[in-house]
Amino acid sequence: MAKLILLWLKCIILYNAVDAVFEDQVGKFDWRQQYVGKVRFSHFDTHVQSSKKVLVATENNVFAALNTRTGELFWRHVDKSGPEGNIDALLHHGQDAILVVGNGRLLRSWDVNVGGLNWEIVLDSGSFQKACLVGQQGTVKHVAVLKKNIISLHYLSNGHQKWIENLPDSETVDYQTVYSGGNGEVYALGIVPHSHIVIIAYSTDDGEIIKQISVEAPWLSNIVASCAVIGQGVLICVDSATPSLYMYNLNPNMDDLQMTQIPLQSLGLEVAPDFQPVLVSHQPNSAHQPLSEFFLQLGPDNFLLLQFNNGQIVTLRDFKPALLVSFATTGEKTIAAVMSPKNKTASSINLFSAETGRRLLDTTLIFVMDPNGGKPEKIYIQPFLKKDDSVGYRAMVQTEDHTLTFIQQPGRVMWTREEALSDVVTMEMVDLPLTGTQAELEGEFGKKAAIQDGLMSMVFKRLSSQLILLQAWISHLWKLFYDARKPRSQVKNEVTIENLSRDEFNLQKMMVMVTASGKLFGIDSKTGSILWRHYLNDVPSNAAFKLMVQRTTAHFPHPPQCTLLIKDKDTGLTTLHVFNPIFGKKSHVTPPALPQPILQSLLLPLMDQDYAKVLLLVDDQYKVSAFPSTKNVLQQLQEMASSIFFYLVDSSQGRLSGYRLRTDLSTEQIWEVVIPMEIQRIVSVKGKRPNEHVHSQGRVMGDRSVLYKYLNPNLLAVVTESTDTHQERSFVGIILIDGVTGRIIHEAVQRKARGPVHIVHSENWVVYEYWSTKSRRNEFSVIELYEGMELYNSTVFSSLDRPHAPQVLQQSYIFPSAISTMEATLTEKGITSRHLLIGLPSGGILSLPKMFLDPRRPEIVSEQSREENLIPYAPELMIRTEWFINYNQSISRVQGIHTSPSGLESTCLVVAYGLDIYQTRVYPSKQFDVLKDDYDYMLISSVLLALFFATMISKRLAEVKLLNRAWR
Amino acid sequence: MARVVQSKVAVVSTVFFVCLHFACCNNGRRVGDALETEFSGFSVPLEHSFEVDDVAKFQVRGALLLKPGREPSVSLSQNPLSDEDRTKLKEVAAVDGLYRIRVPRVFLQADRQTERQMEGYLTAFVRACAMVESHLSDVIALHTDVSGYLIGVSIVTLPGACRGTEVEDEVDLEIFNTTLSIMAPVNAPGPETAFFLERMEQESEKKGKNPQEQKSFIAKYWYLILGGAIFLMVTNSAQPPAGGGREQS
Repeated sequence: MAKLILLWLKCIILYNAVDAVFEDQVGKFDWRQQYVGKVRFSHFDTHVQSSKKVLVATENNVFAALNTRTGELFWRHVDKSGPEGNIDALLHHGQDAILVVGNGRLLRSWDVNVGGLNWEIVLDSGSFQKACLVGQQGTVKHVAVLKKNIISLHYLSNGHQKWIENLPDSETVDYQTVYSGGNGEVYALGIVPHSHIVIIAYSTDDGEIIKQISVEAPWLSNIVASCAVIGQGVLICVDSATPSLYMYNLNPNMDDLQMTQIPLQSLGLEVAPDFQPVLVSHQPNSAHQPLSEFFLQLGPDNFLLLQFNNGQIVTLRDFKPALLVSFATTGEKTIAAVMSPKNKTASSINLFSAETGRRLLDTTLIFVMDPNGGKPEKIYIQPFLKKDDSVGYRAMVQTEDHTLTFIQQPGRVMWTREEALSDVVTMEMVDLPLTGTQAELEGEFGKKAAIQDGLMSMVFKRLSSQLILLQAWISHLWKLFYDARKPRSQVKNEVTIENLSRDEFNLQKMMVMVTASGKLFGIDSKTGSILWRHYLNDVPSNAAFKLMVQRTTAHFPHPPQCTLLIKDKDTGLTTLHVFNPIFGKKSHVTPPALPQPILQSLLLPLMDQDYAKVLLLVDDQYKVSAFPSTKNVLQQLQEMASSIFFYLVDSSQGRLSGYRLRTDLSTEQIWEVVIPMEIQRIVSVKGKRPNEHVHSQGRVMGDRSVLYKYLNPNLLAVVTESTDTHQERSFVGIILIDGVTGRIIHEAVQRKARGPVHIVHSENWVVYEYWSTKSRRNEFSVIELYEGMELYNSTVFSSLDRPHAPQVLQQSYIFPSAISTMEATLTEKGITSRHLLIGLPSGGILSLPKMFLDPRRPEIVSEQSREENLIPYAPELMIRTEWFINYNQSISRVQGIHTSPSGLESTCLVVAYGLDIYQTRVYPSKQFDVLKDDYDYMLISSVLLALFFATMISKRLAEVKLLNRAWR
Repeated sequence: MARVVQSKVAVVSTVFFVCLHFACCNNGRRVGDALETEFSGFSVPLEHSFEVDDVAKFQVRGALLLKPGREPSVSLSQNPLSDEDRTKLKEVAAVDGLYRIRVPRVFLQADRQTERQMEGYLTAFVRACAMVESHLSDVIALHTDVSGYLIGVSIVTLPGACRGTEVEDEVDLEIFNTTLSIMAPVNAPGPETAFFLERMEQESEKKGKNPQEQKSFIAKYWYLILGGAIFLMVTNSAQPPAGGGREQS
């Protein structure tokens, strides 16, 4: 019988581990947003008039088509990250999009309509310069690819190589660009800086060199930056030193060896000081010549539309001030779009005829700039012909903060895409504030109020607040009733910043996301809608970010406060951005100026009188500054100084050192551990999360004794990798160090192993994953620390008073997949069992019960281990499909997983971010504290009612019976 | 060497791990006869510092005799605390100061003396009061990395707590009672595939030996089921006339 019960219990436990969504739950608790990244190349699909596509190739190696009506993705292709998948060029012709990928390694053709691959060919790798489409007699049939020493021509239809030629003198000449004007010739343009230009004309048919000339140009250093081809094959260059325009006719019949110089002064033009002029030309169709009209930028806000006519240059129009210009063609008409600033918050876009420079009527479009966004960087124009043959257009504006905004005349924003979210660096989840009425209650019964007021006023306050509550409840009911009468489609539960409030179980939170571009976002975790955004202008490109919640929403009326630490990785100089995480507004609190590089920051559990946690910053002189640094804080710090310890890691020297705070806010070094750089280098140091709770102090063993956990909150897990990468000698080291005393608790080496190491450190365990070079597979290892059968000091843990070293248990397992990132679930009180959330390169998020990673899993099953519910040891960890928490919603390039507890003990909120963002909830021990969705309320209430009446009736009957008996 | 003979420290040796070697010598006798012939070892100073103003001023506490080899061992010879130091230690304990120790960074496996010493020190600390209250009984551990570089030192006292008990007897603070160990990193286990496979094989062998157990439920008890079915059929076919009879009556 006992065995049967055990078996039954086991079944329940295994059943508990199963954790998947039902079909009808899809999208109920979770959402996914897909991004593409910062746009590098963009083309509107114009081969069909009614096409709704815009093609984008991005810096995140993504090629995608967006719907111009909604901004949603039609299709998306995510290539390898890093330089291998880098998109070098995007050419668009008709239905085909030609992509050069990986520094000229691959040439691909995509079908624009469905996003399918037409063909792909592998080129000789490296040194890609330029690609262009080559047309002949009005049709485009080839694509030319120019590399440092080779030029090749490929068929557009199948990618096959038509011819390949070595470029002459490629050691001395720097070939930079390739041009074709549709007349059967391909020009490769090279330069010997400050000497001459080399022009080679190849025949499209067989790659024969038609002409090769060199033209003197001692003032020129870069063709791409300062030259363009216009009109009937005229190379035009601009020189800022003289300043003048130089022209050269590429036509093979001409045999000049000099460029014609036209001083800008003769045209009545002047270059802004310290500005390198830029030329912008336009070739509407690769099979035809470029336009004779071109833009010349003479200053940061000054553009000129010029025309080349019979060897003469004519100024068509002067645009000043102008921010951005762009050419676009529809049908036979080519227009020039100019964006010029209107006032501080808005710019206007106008269209001009490219041939005449005349302004087209009714083409003004107002672009309202977001005060929390960046400046416009690029505009892409989609023109179309209206019925009356006039030109209408839509514009896509790309701003510095990687945002794409699509606007229609006269300024209606059709959609915006926040592409900065494709590169989230760090995030936090902040509780939403209480509603107005809840806050009212809080405020009235706060501590201060109770002391000041007398008895009577307290009674009145109580009554008034109860009235307010009643009023709120009635209005809520009224709203419910009102909504119920309307058809369902009209009822909108839109979340705005005004009606944000905490729900019953605190399941809805504010996700504060920090992106690499320096733009901050506040996202509602329930719906995924962006509630606020804030762009930080002055963020260095190599910045490291650390986000800290100094004050939560629990301290009404003080607003919540987050602090973002932005550190320049090169100089170490740091700035602080203090803001309100609910509204995104910059706080009135002025952060301290930090003239010294900052080495370490730590958020203390100490609070000032306004309930803001104290942030300590340690500079390179080992001086400590506090923020906020009020008198109250400094006094508290002085009292606490001897118990505030911190550690510094210098991974470039392998040095870990511990410091103690002194009362005068200076520090003293108290311990030092040096790991020699010759053998191994420190790759990561991981502490525990400060908001983690551990519910049980120990584990009950089979014989009813307790094995106590070693719960050292100061423990650091240091991961090292060997400098020797030979597969026999490489190793991964794990060192557990107490961060206060510097005591090495445990030191282990995983031999014949290699990184990248992913590590999770929580409670009394450390889980890490590495690559085993010997067996060529990924392996997981788990270390658990136990104090033993009795606790040394059960009331409080102090690193200074734990003389006995803990027992260390370790076990390893084979994992059948590589992993991208790893995190552990986190719940309010830590009662719920823990799961590991593992982001796989395939896009899945695996929820692996920690139970499977337990070094006490027995190799031989005994009665006691069965009593303890330990799973017998198996060397391989399975991936069960029902463990994927994101079912078919793959997340590309997962970089991090953030877990946050909710108000329900059973529920943990999970956000996975990478190229995409995915939010969901997980229930590691099932929803033990929530009734199911399909719970039968009718049945339970009818049973209750029936029982109630039954008792009433039987009571009555019993009374009657008693009365009758008494009469007898 | 004369000083070494003076100090009389009890030898405590317990083995916790395979890699952990205790060897605490007070009289200069060497541990491990085999090593003696191979290599005599070398010594580095163990220094300590305890100041009322907490500015470290390190003084020699003793000499660590390190013996490299496959299983490195260490022994310590140390001087008793002088009268002056004793009172100072008590003073430092009274203001809750720190008792620090340091050892120079060394490379155990080097052949020449010059290669052994490296720049810098490894430091650790305990609270001075814990040192006083434990009557100078401390546990010092030296940690090496895979190739024999000393990477860290740690010190704890036994008992470790500061309860504020007065140490009256000056003699208690004279002689260090040190437990010394040197630890190399543990080899972390890999996945135990061999054992698992062996067990699987054993299990399958077991199953193969008595095929009786492998049979399914139906195969085992087919006769009972058949018997039951026949019995049911017989009783079913016998019932209708009886029921019909009852209806008629």
